Amino acid sequence: MRSIPLVPAIVLLVIFLLGPVISSFYGSFTDASLTGSAAQGASFVGFANYAELFADPDFPKSVMLTLVFLVASAIVGQNVIGLGLAILMRSSNGFARGVVGTFVVSAWVLPEIVASFAAYAFFNDTGTLNTMLAAVGIDGTNWLYATPMLAVIIANIWRGTAFSMLVYSAALQDVPPEITESAEVDGARGWQRLVFITVPMIRRSISTNLMLTTLQTLSVFTLIFVMTGGGPGTDSSTLPVLAYQEAFQFGKLGFGTAIATILLLVGALFSIVYLRALKPEVD
Amino acid sequence: MGMTSPSRRSLRLVSNGVLLLVGTAFALPLVWLVLASVDERATLSIKLPDAVSLQNFVEVMTPEKAFIPLLNSLILSAGCAIITVVVAVLAAYPLSRYRMRINKPFLYGVLFGTCLPITAMMVPVYSLFVAFNLIDSMGGTILFLAATSLPMAIYMTKSFMDSVPVTLEEAAWMDGASMMSTLTRIVVPLMRPGLAVVFIFVFIGAWGNFFVPFVLLLSPDKLPAAVSIFAFFGQYGSVAYGQLAAFSLLYSVPVIALYVLVSRVLGGSSALAGAVKG
Repeated sequence: MRSIPLVPAIVLLVIFLLGPVISSFYGSFTDASLTGSAAQGASFVGFANYAELFADPDFPKSVMLTLVFLVASAIVGQNVIGLGLAILMRSSNGFARGVVGTFVVSAWVLPEIVASFAAYAFFNDTGTLNTMLAAVGIDGTNWLYATPMLAVIIANIWRGTAFSMLVYSAALQDVPPEITESAEVDGARGWQRLVFITVPMIRRSISTNLMLTTLQTLSVFTLIFVMTGGGPGTDSSTLPVLAYQEAFQFGKLGFGTAIATILLLVGALFSIVYLRALKPEVD
Repeated sequence: MGMTSPSRRSLRLVSNGVLLLVGTAFALPLVWLVLASVDERATLSIKLPDAVSLQNFVEVMTPEKAFIPLLNSLILSAGCAIITVVVAVLAAYPLSRYRMRINKPFLYGVLFGTCLPITAMMVPVYSLFVAFNLIDSMGGTILFLAATSLPMAIYMTKSFMDSVPVTLEEAAWMDGASMMSTLTRIVVPLMRPGLAVVFIFVFIGAWGNFFVPFVLLLSPDKLPAAVSIFAFFGQYGSVAYGQLAAFSLLYSVPVIALYVLVSRVLGGSSALAGAVKG
C-alpha cells in the first residue's frame, strides 16, 4: 500500500524510457524503414542490420570519431581546462574570477541551439575566428569543412567546461588549506603540491566528473548537427549524428535503430561502471 | 600572514592574466551574438555596428516568428515541469519516509536512468511514437520530456525531502491524517524552495531541448522556439543574421534569468554542480 505513490513514476518511466529501450533492441532486428513496403509491416531479419553495420565503412569510422570526440573534448579538454580554471581561480583576484565565471558559465547556460549557432558563426569561413586571424595577417581556412572535428571539439570544450569548473571549484573548497600549507613549508613546489596533494585529495570528484562528462558528451547531437551536419560527407558524424542520418535522412530506420542500440549499450556499460565504482548513496 | 612573498605576487599576476585571457576567448562567440542582434547589417563575424538599432528585435517580434514558438516552448516546458514535480513528489515521499524493499532497486534504477544517453534513444522513440500515433502530439512530447527529466527530479526531490524533519508528520499521523493529506498539508509546504529549484531545473532543461521536439513534432504551429530558430536559420539564415541573433537572445533570456534565480536560492552557482559532486 505504501508504494502506491510510486505508481505514476513507474508508469511514465516504463512507457517512455524502458519502452524505447526494449523497442530499440527489437527494432534493430527488423528491416523497418520510413518509406516503402517495409514501412507498413517490418519483418524480422536477425542480425542483418548489425552485419550490414559492421560491413559499412561509415560505422567503424563513426566509432573512431566518437572516441576522438570523447577523449579530446570531454576527458582532456573539459576536465583539464575545468580543473585548471578552478585552481587558478583560487590564486586570482575577484575581477578575473568574475570575468571567467560569467563567460564560461554563460556558454553552458545558453540553450543548446543558441550555443550551437554562436559556435557555427565563430568557426564559419566569414566568422570571428577568420576575422581575427586576418587582423594578424593569417589567412584562415573554412574550418567547418577543412577541420570539422577540430571545430566541434573546441566548440564542445567551450560549451561544457563550466560544468567541470564548477564541480572542481566545489571540490577544491573542501581541501583543507593546512595540508597544502604544511607541504609548502616542507619545500614542495607549486606543481608538486598540485600533483601529490591536491589531485589525490579530490580524486573522487575527478572520477565522478570524468564519468559524467563522458556520458554527457556521448549524447551530444545538436552542437555537431548545427555546426557541420555530420559533414562534409560523414567526416564529423559521431554515433548519435550517424544514427539520425541513417534513420531520418536515408530512411533506414532499422539501421539507425541498430546504431542507437549500440550507443545505449555503451551508455549502460559506462553507467554500471560508474554506479559500481563510486557507489553513490541511495539512502 | 601579513607579508606576501614576491613569488606569491607573481603567481597572482599570472593567474589573473591567464584567467582574463581564457575569459575573453570564451566570451567571443557570445559577444558576436549580442553585437549582431543590434546591428541591422550583421555578418557572422564580430564587428561594431555602424549604428545600434533595435530593428532586428522589432522584425522578429511578430506572432509567427517569435510569439507562437515562445508560447509553444512555454507550454512544453511548463507542462513537463508541472507533471515532473507532481510525480516526483509522490514518488519521493515513500522513498524518503518508509524503509521498503523496493527503495534500493528503484533508486538505483532511477540513477541508471539519469545516465542513459537520451539522444541515442530518439530513433526508437520515434518508432514508438509512430506506433502509438503520438507523432506531432504536444501531450505525447510533454510526457516524454517529463519521463526523461523524472530520474534526476526524483533524486533531487528525495534529498530535499530527507532534510524535512519527520516529527511534524508524526504528530499528524497521531491525529489520524492519511498519507496523502500529510504529504500535501505538511511536507510540501515545508519544502517549497526545494520544489521551486526542481521545477526550474526541469523547466530550463525542457526549454533548451532541441532534439526531442525536432523529432517528435511536425506542424509549424506546434514547434517550440528551439526548433523554429533552426528552421528560421534554414530559411532566412544566410541573409538575416541580426534577426537570428535577436530571436536567439529573446529565447535565451528566460533561462538565464531562471539560472541566476536558482543560483541565488542555492547560494552560489557551484551548489548546482556540488549536488553531483559525489
